[in-house]
Amino acid sequence: MQAQPRTLFDKVWSSHVVADLSGGVSLLAIDRHLLHDLEGGGSLRRIAGRGLKVHNPELTFGVPDHAVATAPDRRADSTPNSSRLLSEMKERSKESGVTYFDLGTEGHGIVHVIGPELGLSQPGMTIVCGDSHTCTHGGLGALAFGIGATEVMHVLATQTLRQTRPTTMRVTLDGRLAPSVAAKDVILATIGKIGAGAGRGHAVEFAGSAIREMSIDERLTVCNLSIELGAKIGMIAPDDTTISYLAGRPYAPQGELFDRACEHWRSLPSDDGARFDVEHRIDAAAIAPQVTWGTSPQDVIAVDQRIPDPAHESDPQRRRAMEAALAYMGLTPGQALEGTPVDWVFVGSCTNGRLSDIREAARVVAGRKVAPNVLAWVVPGSESTQRAAEREGLDKIFLSAGFEWRKSGCSMCAGINGDTVPPGQRSVSTTNRNFVGRQGPNARTHLASPAMAAAAAIAGCIADARKLV
Amino acid sequence: MEKFTRVTGVAVPLMRANIDTDVIVPAKRLVGHQRDELGGFAFEAHRYRPDRTDNPDFVLNQARYRGAKILVTGENFGCGSSRESAVWALAGFGFHCVIAPSFGDIFFNNAFQNGMLLVCMAKDEVERLAADVEGSVTPVMTVNLVSRAITAPSGAETPFEIDAERRQALLEGRDEIGMTLARDAEIRAFQACDRAVRPWIYRTAPQDTESA
Repeated sequence: MQAQPRTLFDKVWSSHVVADLSGGVSLLAIDRHLLHDLEGGGSLRRIAGRGLKVHNPELTFGVPDHAVATAPDRRADSTPNSSRLLSEMKERSKESGVTYFDLGTEGHGIVHVIGPELGLSQPGMTIVCGDSHTCTHGGLGALAFGIGATEVMHVLATQTLRQTRPTTMRVTLDGRLAPSVAAKDVILATIGKIGAGAGRGHAVEFAGSAIREMSIDERLTVCNLSIELGAKIGMIAPDDTTISYLAGRPYAPQGELFDRACEHWRSLPSDDGARFDVEHRIDAAAIAPQVTWGTSPQDVIAVDQRIPDPAHESDPQRRRAMEAALAYMGLTPGQALEGTPVDWVFVGSCTNGRLSDIREAARVVAGRKVAPNVLAWVVPGSESTQRAAEREGLDKIFLSAGFEWRKSGCSMCAGINGDTVPPGQRSVSTTNRNFVGRQGPNARTHLASPAMAAAAAIAGCIADARKLV
Repeated sequence: MEKFTRVTGVAVPLMRANIDTDVIVPAKRLVGHQRDELGGFAFEAHRYRPDRTDNPDFVLNQARYRGAKILVTGENFGCGSSRESAVWALAGFGFHCVIAPSFGDIFFNNAFQNGMLLVCMAKDEVERLAADVEGSVTPVMTVNLVSRAITAPSGAETPFEIDAERRQALLEGRDEIGMTLARDAEIRAFQACDRAVRPWIYRTAPQDTESA
């Protein structure tokens, strides 16, 4: 008898169930636990305070990213917060046997950038971190999700989590992307179409020819915004692209072990006929460069469209949300977004801070100047991304155009380290959240791709990258 | 964790969809503050005017809703960031229970880890509850986890569903870490088996790729 066809998610989930607890809750084994500076040191301290040891320090890795300064001459003590958080995290990591990637070393960077880059994140793994964008690692075929501070403690103490099994959703994106359309546009358009809450309770698999054609960097961008679709888990099946990406990375298996791992990874893609609880199909060829206009990632339109009118919205709750968003953003219904003056441009973050993102932005910037009304920053996602970009001379392109070229960290995406957009100012940002106050109190954020952000820096206003390349 | 059986108190309606955890507590408050200090920063962007005085237009500042313990709100409440500080800020403000059509997945787990009850109800039922609160003289509501029922200010009773496991954990005030550690032998047996099947997962010393 033929076995029941299974999804990628089903395969990874079932192989990690240590025990079925009552009420549909599973005790799930965790393969990689990533710590960052906001909760890392404190969690290790609290575990020690309870008289407990880190259960599997060899599966636990820490890196400071949220609170670190990004100025070119930054140090661990550049801000009072990072000084305190980093020294505790470093000390506690050493004490517990947890690997710590320090500032200025090759492994440093945003936790969701270094995981894949170092080969720490691999297909078929369960990966957790106290950060909602942990779904990023799903781009490699991992089952990865963000957890809260109490769950971080649970993983440190037990190397497991108690989780209710989510239902499954597949988003199939078929078709060839139009020129100057990026992975960011694909996922923003998807969120715009199906909504910021559509993925809630689901593990989402992204599939289809547009996804298969993407590089790993692009797949990581797509999965990064799963949480903005409401899904804490987003995954893409591993394939040849995944395997060649991982080969030779410092923490990826080597030699005979790599071959064994590959054999396992090739067994993971969803079987033909596997059933998903919800299915969506989207024509990827029809997607144009996207820009958000409101304060939820679902408030998004193509750059050449006009801002929607709340008056045409029938749901009163949704209408009030749209009106509040437009008031916050200082925009008018029916207005074109293209041509709206901007004050800040930010290229970076776990969404779009990888080498290919920086290349895309550089392609638009090369030989041009940042508009005089704009302050523009590039914050590479990791130390090794920065070094690779500098080897290609990309830093020179940005610096001579008038951008600042900074050091790796979360920076202006979370605004925790003091890198913020001033009140009332408008930014085009390659980040993941345009929430009220996200980039600083009363900051107005437009989410877009690296090419679109670069185009805005040059034009001094929201611009169509297709007209600049 | 403290036990939760029932809560009776002022309920406040905040009927907007997609209230994210950055709005519940802004990122800049995540460092430099103790968990029990975060209540003052709950809904900071909406609650205060630029001079830090209360914004009278924000519903949580209205006199009739002072001291609220129950929040009635829109769908996808707590979406966005995984910050557990969002739960600590709500608890610090005085909330014991949030009622909404749906919640962000990570926020949902975080709330229950802290003994906060989240009640999921159909959108029209939540709207009916919000209208009941708005139309009442005294907006006091009871949420009873033992009987799984809400008594609205008008006296109308509405039953609610909740996952049996989560309900039991709240009623008992369970310590999940302690419970899982009691299964440590199972965890170690699982890892030993898995190590034979997927040895590469456990070999985590870095390889010198330059010389390889």
